Amino acid sequence: MTTARPKQPRLNSVPPTVEEIAALEGAWRDPPGVLGWLAAINHKAIGKRFIVTAFGFFVAGGLLAAAMRLQLAKPDNHLIGPDLYNQLFTMHGTTMMFLFAVPVMQAMSVYLVPLMIGSRSVAFPRMNAFAYWIFLFGGVMLYVAFALDIGPDAGWFAYVPLAGPDYSPGKRVDFWAQLITFTELSGLLEAVILVTTVFKLRAPGMTLNRIPLFVWGMLVTAFMVMFALPAVMLASTALITDRLVGTHFYNPAEGGDAILWQHLFWFFGHPEVYLIFIPGLGFMSSIIPTFARRPIFGYSAMVLSLIATAFLAFGLWVHHMFATNLPELGKSFFTAASMMIAIPSAVQIFCWIATLWTGKLVFKTPLLFVLAFFFVLVLGGMTGLMLAAVPINLQVHDTYFVVAHLHYVLIGGAVFPLFGAFYYWFPKMTGRMLSERLGRWNFWLFLIGFNVTFFPMHLLGLQGMPRRVYTYGAEMGWSGLNALASIGALTIAASMLLFVINVWRSLRSGALAGADPWGAGTLEWSTASPPPACNFAAIPVVAGRDPLWEPGAQPAHVGGLSVDSREVLITTVIEAAPETRESFPEPTVWPLISALATTVLFIGSIFTPWAIVWASVPVGIALTLWFWPRRHENAAHLALERAP
Amino acid sequence: MKLPSAAVVFLLGLALAGCYREKREFEAPPPGAAAAGAKATTVLAGGGPALEPGSVATPDRSDLDENAYAVNQGKRLFRWYNCNGCHAGGGGNMGPPLMDEKWLYGHEPADIHASIVEGRPKGMPAFGGRIPDDQVWQLVAYVRSMSGQLRKDVAPSRSDSLSGAPPENVRDNEKPVAASAAASR
Amino acid sequence: MRCRVAPALAAALAFASAVAMAQGRPTVVPGMHDALVAAGPQSGHIGALWNVILAVCAFVFCAILLGLVVALWRSGRGDATTRADVSMLARHERGSYLGVLWAVAVSTALLLAMLVASVLTDRALARLSLVDAVHVEVTAHQWWWELQYSGSPESARFTTANELHVPVGRPVVLTLKADDVIHSFWVPSLAGKKDLIPGRTTTLHLRADQAGRYRGQCAEFCGFQHAFMAFEVIADPPERFEAWMAGQRRPASEPADATTRRGQEVFLRSTCVLCHAIAGTAAAARKAPDLTHVGARTTLAAGTLPNGETEMQRWIADPQRLKPGVNMPAATLPAADLAALAAYLVSLK
Repeated sequence: MTTARPKQPRLNSVPPTVEEIAALEGAWRDPPGVLGWLAAINHKAIGKRFIVTAFGFFVAGGLLAAAMRLQLAKPDNHLIGPDLYNQLFTMHGTTMMFLFAVPVMQAMSVYLVPLMIGSRSVAFPRMNAFAYWIFLFGGVMLYVAFALDIGPDAGWFAYVPLAGPDYSPGKRVDFWAQLITFTELSGLLEAVILVTTVFKLRAPGMTLNRIPLFVWGMLVTAFMVMFALPAVMLASTALITDRLVGTHFYNPAEGGDAILWQHLFWFFGHPEVYLIFIPGLGFMSSIIPTFARRPIFGYSAMVLSLIATAFLAFGLWVHHMFATNLPELGKSFFTAASMMIAIPSAVQIFCWIATLWTGKLVFKTPLLFVLAFFFVLVLGGMTGLMLAAVPINLQVHDTYFVVAHLHYVLIGGAVFPLFGAFYYWFPKMTGRMLSERLGRWNFWLFLIGFNVTFFPMHLLGLQGMPRRVYTYGAEMGWSGLNALASIGALTIAASMLLFVINVWRSLRSGALAGADPWGAGTLEWSTASPPPACNFAAIPVVAGRDPLWEPGAQPAHVGGLSVDSREVLITTVIEAAPETRESFPEPTVWPLISALATTVLFIGSIFTPWAIVWASVPVGIALTLWFWPRRHENAAHLALERAP
Repeated sequence: MKLPSAAVVFLLGLALAGCYREKREFEAPPPGAAAAGAKATTVLAGGGPALEPGSVATPDRSDLDENAYAVNQGKRLFRWYNCNGCHAGGGGNMGPPLMDEKWLYGHEPADIHASIVEGRPKGMPAFGGRIPDDQVWQLVAYVRSMSGQLRKDVAPSRSDSLSGAPPENVRDNEKPVAASAAASR
Repeated sequence: MRCRVAPALAAALAFASAVAMAQGRPTVVPGMHDALVAAGPQSGHIGALWNVILAVCAFVFCAILLGLVVALWRSGRGDATTRADVSMLARHERGSYLGVLWAVAVSTALLLAMLVASVLTDRALARLSLVDAVHVEVTAHQWWWELQYSGSPESARFTTANELHVPVGRPVVLTLKADDVIHSFWVPSLAGKKDLIPGRTTTLHLRADQAGRYRGQCAEFCGFQHAFMAFEVIADPPERFEAWMAGQRRPASEPADATTRRGQEVFLRSTCVLCHAIAGTAAAARKAPDLTHVGARTTLAAGTLPNGETEMQRWIADPQRLKPGVNMPAATLPAADLAALAAYLVSLK
């Protein structure tokens, strides 16, 4: 039985012709319309909605914090009672840590990494979409629960026995624990995608030694995710079973242990803050070279520092438990590790300073945010060293000193670089420049507001103010500094409003950015702003770390990939030599449907263990239909195969 | 589109049920709102005559059956007020078991409330006037959970102690039947 | 738009203040509650380490900022069109290399020094002499502190709540337990904190070297009233301490007049006896603070209110108003009974 010979595929030439570019666009574009939006799998589309969603959660978390600061502005305040306040700080911490900080970094990398490494896609585009939907549905579940008074109220860290069945009745903590399941599933999938993308989809010639430091940072982060997140998934699952079916993991009377929770949670929890911090370092290493007009100093040292930080980050977790009755000598080992991790970070900081020192500086908004890092993060790092010492920790643990420290390192180390990254890559993502003037106002209000809010908290902690208190007495003498912190919080809110206004106005009428408004050196700046659906009309061949600054020898681009279908070049892990070609899938709604089915399973299992059985059926069906091969896709892929 | 709308209704129902389930009530009953004092029995906790009965009629708080916080408080009070001394963990000892289907004096919330407040023959003390009424209703809700009468998402789960019986939220609903005092001996 | 927002905001603030003042919590005069004011060797050692590490960290912070400022000052200026300088890819940047190397070396040395200082301080904390120590068993509950002083013979044991008396100059060994959830015992002027974890027994050693009142507060989130779970450590000269101990061992004083007698009757016939104990009466429950000598304490409700008859009445009448979520129910007593009860309890010195 003979079938008609499949049409010969069109392959791109170098340089690509206009017809080839148009065909590529058609092949890689997501379908139009609402269904197309739901079925989108282009990494830029998923990346943008991921970033916007994470930023939405940032704003929500900020509003929660503003409510808390309003309550704490005065002593003996009756604005918010203890029940609502407990929910507020739990929601604030949970939102910022699980729904903003890690996801936004993964979102930025989903958008940027393929562009930086010269690829047309991430490694598993449909799984990428599925991870986004899972993240979104988990966050929506949490906020709907909060709106219905079922929001968690045992802290973002949910220590047992307080979060256990006996002291947190109802379903509040169960929604928190299940949010963990959602966000950790999403995070793990994104990590797998990132590692595979970075290892296998790089442009030819982009050896591991030449990938941008941001990509190194995200690679290292992804590995950390894969080792850290299972710990908290295990912990939260054990908590769910304790609460739902009466297991005794955390019940000391029946052989369980309250400290087990702390170990499992902090084994995740400490690497978690590095999951947030290391991408921030990646942003720094992207912005500084561009605005110092030179490559970064000490590339190898920077890479080794990132890797060292990632390893060391797994050896610090007990410093969150110094006040428990673990052996004192053992605690001192964690003091040593907590101090040691400062060394690779110090290497990075000194290399950046050296780069700035020997460069020609361009003082635009992204650089301002980067410079703020040196003040804010380093101060936070100093208080971190103080906290690393067990005796000092025993005084300031669980006080506002720690609140100050964590905000200095997380906001200084991640959020300031993130805003720098927003200002840096917004032109690439949207084709428009953000206003420099509004950007400076945004920056200074944020920096000043941040310090006014959080610096007094160091003093409050030393003066004895514990964390997680819904109010305090006028007699304690904490009123003045609290009022000051609340004013600072309002200033931060104002700066965020300016940012939103800046984005809004720029989207409508901002100056058009070209492909490379900053004169940068990495590959994403070689394509249009915003990039076409296929990212690059022809995949570049790379010969240096900053390809746009060091043009290499011929040939400069890859030819011979299909322009009619989604064909991707796979290269080797270390040398990025071309290895094989792979045909990537078309847009499909099955990731969305699978995510919906998974959501029903997760939410159902909050109420009954049988949900795991019954709700698995739709999940199984959805996944099967997702992976079921499509005849026309198969035919197209076969047509691309060559005879040897 | 029938399945999605049914799912929406179901989820909405769950959600609205969740609203009340999670409410933490801290308001105090009005002053003088003690439940009516002891009537017939002579066994009184503490050994002295009961106080004057309160002048304010006490409301029916059987709706606490749907409030997880109240049921959890009832569980705590069951322990604190030493109900275990006679009823053990629901298995009964000197007092009748509370986990089974046999109810001597009625299984409705109002009946159990009366049992606690007025006492019962052969040894159930009258706690009226001694245990505040809102706490009595919390105890009522918990007692009903011991035989699986409450919704599974409201009933408490395991406690942080040595476990005897399975947690209340996995117990089967023991369909209540009226039992006579003579038969229970 | 602006005109409408400001008055609305002012009205809201005024309303909140009015509400706050109407339900106002009477002010307690707190004891010393500051980690940097050391009144004993433990907090003293920590304070010394704090000074060392603060100095080192301040130096490092200033040095890094100085490096940055100098870098910003000495670097050239450019813009997006300035050609990126890739010449250093071909050569070794000796200045930067040595700079980074030395900076890292100095940082490492300072980190090591801080590590050594920390471990030495740890060692000093562990070496507090425990000769002639007072032993107290602290059990943390939601949201109060049970204190059981050991005695010799065993009949000399007594239980009190929320107010820890210690003798000046003698070490105190606190055995820490938790009854429900994790709490943390922290009196900043005397020592670092220690968590009280259900299922575990831990110890904390401290010594007060100056007489005075020191405030402590629970420092691990433990539920609704974590914010108001304070306690007092009162360091007495030795004779006063012994007198206090002797007083605590005695049973409660008998009511002296009709009001306090009525108050005792009210106590014994109300909800109170289901949770509270008064040694010397039939009340022996251990679920709530021991009230045998409650009249002698400086505060009520774990440091929330000052002790006095009015405050006692307010507390008993409606604890939920002052500490929403606390485990104590509102009293449903007629006014005269309530007044007598408060008078009786305040008389228990």
